Amino acid sequence: MSHVLVLFAHPRADRSEVNTHLARVARETPGVTLVDLYAEYPRFDIDVDAEQRRLVEHDVIVFQHPVYWYSSPALLKEWQDLVLEYGFAYGTEGTALRGKTLISVVSAGAPSHVYTEQGSYNMSLRRFFAPFEYTAQLCGMRYLSPFVLFGAGHSVEEGRLGPHLERYRQLLEALVEERLDLDLAERVDCLATHLGGETSGGIQGSGGMR
Amino acid sequence: MGPLNDAFIYLLAAVIAVPLAKRLGLGSVLGYLLSGVVIGPGLGLVGSETEDIQHFAEFGVVMMLFLVGLELRPSMLWEMRGKLLGLGGLQVVFSVALLGGAAMAMGVPWQTSLAIGMTLALSSTAIVLQTLGEKSWLKSPAGQSAFSVLLFQDIAVIPMLAVIPLLAVLPSSASIADGHHGSGLDALPGWAQAPVIVGVMVGIVVAGRFLVRPVFRFIAAARLREIFTAAALLLVIGVAILMTKIGLSPALGTFLAGVVLSDSEYRHELEGNIEPFKGLLLGLFFLTVGAGIDFALIADAPGTIFGIAIGIMLVKLLVVLGVGRIFGMRGAPLWLLGLSLAQAGEFAFVLFGFARSSGVIEGDLTRLLILAVAVTMMLTPLLFLFYEHVVAPRSIGEPERPADSIDEHGSAVVAGVGRFGVVVSRMLVANGQRVVVLDHSADRIELLRKIGIKAYFGNATRSDLLEAAGLHEAQLFVAALDDHQKQVELVELVRRQRPDIHIIARAFHYEEVIELERAGAQEVIREVRESAIAAGRQALVAMGVHPFKAERQSRSFRLYDDAIQNDLRAYWTENGMDAAFVSTLRARVAGLSALMESDRLTERHDSTSRGWTPPPKDDNRLLDGLS
Repeated sequence: MSHVLVLFAHPRADRSEVNTHLARVARETPGVTLVDLYAEYPRFDIDVDAEQRRLVEHDVIVFQHPVYWYSSPALLKEWQDLVLEYGFAYGTEGTALRGKTLISVVSAGAPSHVYTEQGSYNMSLRRFFAPFEYTAQLCGMRYLSPFVLFGAGHSVEEGRLGPHLERYRQLLEALVEERLDLDLAERVDCLATHLGGETSGGIQGSGGMR
Repeated sequence: MGPLNDAFIYLLAAVIAVPLAKRLGLGSVLGYLLSGVVIGPGLGLVGSETEDIQHFAEFGVVMMLFLVGLELRPSMLWEMRGKLLGLGGLQVVFSVALLGGAAMAMGVPWQTSLAIGMTLALSSTAIVLQTLGEKSWLKSPAGQSAFSVLLFQDIAVIPMLAVIPLLAVLPSSASIADGHHGSGLDALPGWAQAPVIVGVMVGIVVAGRFLVRPVFRFIAAARLREIFTAAALLLVIGVAILMTKIGLSPALGTFLAGVVLSDSEYRHELEGNIEPFKGLLLGLFFLTVGAGIDFALIADAPGTIFGIAIGIMLVKLLVVLGVGRIFGMRGAPLWLLGLSLAQAGEFAFVLFGFARSSGVIEGDLTRLLILAVAVTMMLTPLLFLFYEHVVAPRSIGEPERPADSIDEHGSAVVAGVGRFGVVVSRMLVANGQRVVVLDHSADRIELLRKIGIKAYFGNATRSDLLEAAGLHEAQLFVAALDDHQKQVELVELVRRQRPDIHIIARAFHYEEVIELERAGAQEVIREVRESAIAAGRQALVAMGVHPFKAERQSRSFRLYDDAIQNDLRAYWTENGMDAAFVSTLRARVAGLSALMESDRLTERHDSTSRGWTPPPKDDNRLLDGLS
């Protein structure tokens, strides 16, 4: 059984339509630790030692946040800058995170077709998230394809949020129970899609989850 | 003429001549000396009484050494031991040999020559320290060396006083016992004198360490300024008398007392109290030197007197230049050291008088030499000017005074160390800043010193105390007195003394902020503001508000609070503290509560309400810009 740590970063939880629900799902899933970073560090004075201890105690790290300007809210960046220290996360002595898994669970405002080769952005969200991927790589972590809710602003009206939350719960359970095919999850462009999102052809049951 | 008339003349001469001399860049010493010449030989306003006044004024030297001692920690003294004994010792030995030898070469008996050599080897502590301090050269390498030599000379006076009577060549006109240097110890056999002297010295150290502090605490608790001044004078005079009784130099004794008290919390208060007396007495001393110059005698034999004076200075200069080289000094600092120690000092007046009464030297020669000594003292300020304008400019680029600026910079003075000032001081100290703390509560001072903060007792609204605490060289002043009226006075005072210093002041109310700003503070912090806002933030969290929202609300409240302060500030400049001001304050506060009730605070002043807002859901052309 794996221990899953969800680091939740949202500066306006009171306005959130998607992420607080995602956070609630994480909180309710056994084997998952949820940390609300903005609640814990409202003044940005991150406790580096405590955060590093938490990382060591878990096997899977989830960055859960809305996409702000193709990246994360400020506090999560601050968290990376402070917690992923040389000698802890990287460098010859920095092996504390080696072999662990990192995954981004995010909500994006734009619809999914925008984040394609043919769409207006001409590339996938995963490519936008290269900084996270390379961060994971330098720390010796496996980086899974992001688990994204596209068009998040319309997801409630369009009835997509409920199914997405359910898939999130399944994802977390699969991670805890080590049923997810990590190699495949690393390869695919968008995990949510492959787990049976809007576009069909999910990996669930077809070898995606063991 | 009564004593009041004399005082009037001396003070008038000083008040006119000294500022003028300083303005002309001549230094105060030359100013005093010249005005002495004017009122004495020049106008004949003062005359025969100068010699008595001079004896009295010599006490200024004693006070000066007490103050020098206060500035000097025992550890610093210990570090100086090499220079003190080496540089000082060699300077005295060589000077005695050469000056005495010169006298012998002129046919003076060897005993008299030795007495003359010893007397002339000594330099003028009063002139040198006063001038070095005035030009802030005292902390430079040359200044430190000069100080070491002067201190050694002060110590050397003791054996000299012992040796001179043994050199008698004439029938002695006075026995040692009734001369003014006779000491109560003479009744004791030689072997018993040493233990008594050592005992007294140890007594001064022990009393300084353990007795003086509780006594001053007790006196301080009375909160009577003049009693504190009286106690400070009592201390200095008491030590001086004690030292005279055992036949030691009073200057040396008070210096020792000063060193012992240098790390006491009353150091700055003592400095502030003694300083004006020292300044006046020293000034008086210089005046009397000027007034005592016998121009008739100079006119009789100008060549002889100036010849002797210049000879003395040349010999002493060469000795110091040579000895300084041995101690690794070169260039401008060495010249400063040599030029500053070239004169003969005030001890010459004492020692020549003593030598004559002991039958070592005859009267005519004494008068001649004393005059020559006075001339060397008159010439000394000119040598400093020579150094300043000729030697120093040529040596630009030589690493002359590195310690000077580094040591003096980056210090902060904190006045008032209650709950507020103590946090500021602790933060400064924790970050390696030099902090001097002033407070009028002896208990609090003691507490702070226990946790390692340099704290001094005293009333911070006194300019002399601020000066003693180093305001003139500080970079920051923090005013944190409890009494608002005093706080305003203090800020005004500091601003007057140091137009360029940064001042942070503590206030309680909005209107006090403005008053302190107008008094000259750049930053005014209301004491309860931050703590109350912090409590407000935690209150919101306790009521279930998300911590980050509570944090944002507290930040916006801070901005709103600034806005209130700004409104009042605008009002104040037009109307001052009047009814309109008060009603504005009321309106603002009422407005605030209304705002908070309707939660419009967030809407109007919470800049963060705009933060992290997603685009409108119906804007479908968001991505049109991208192709």
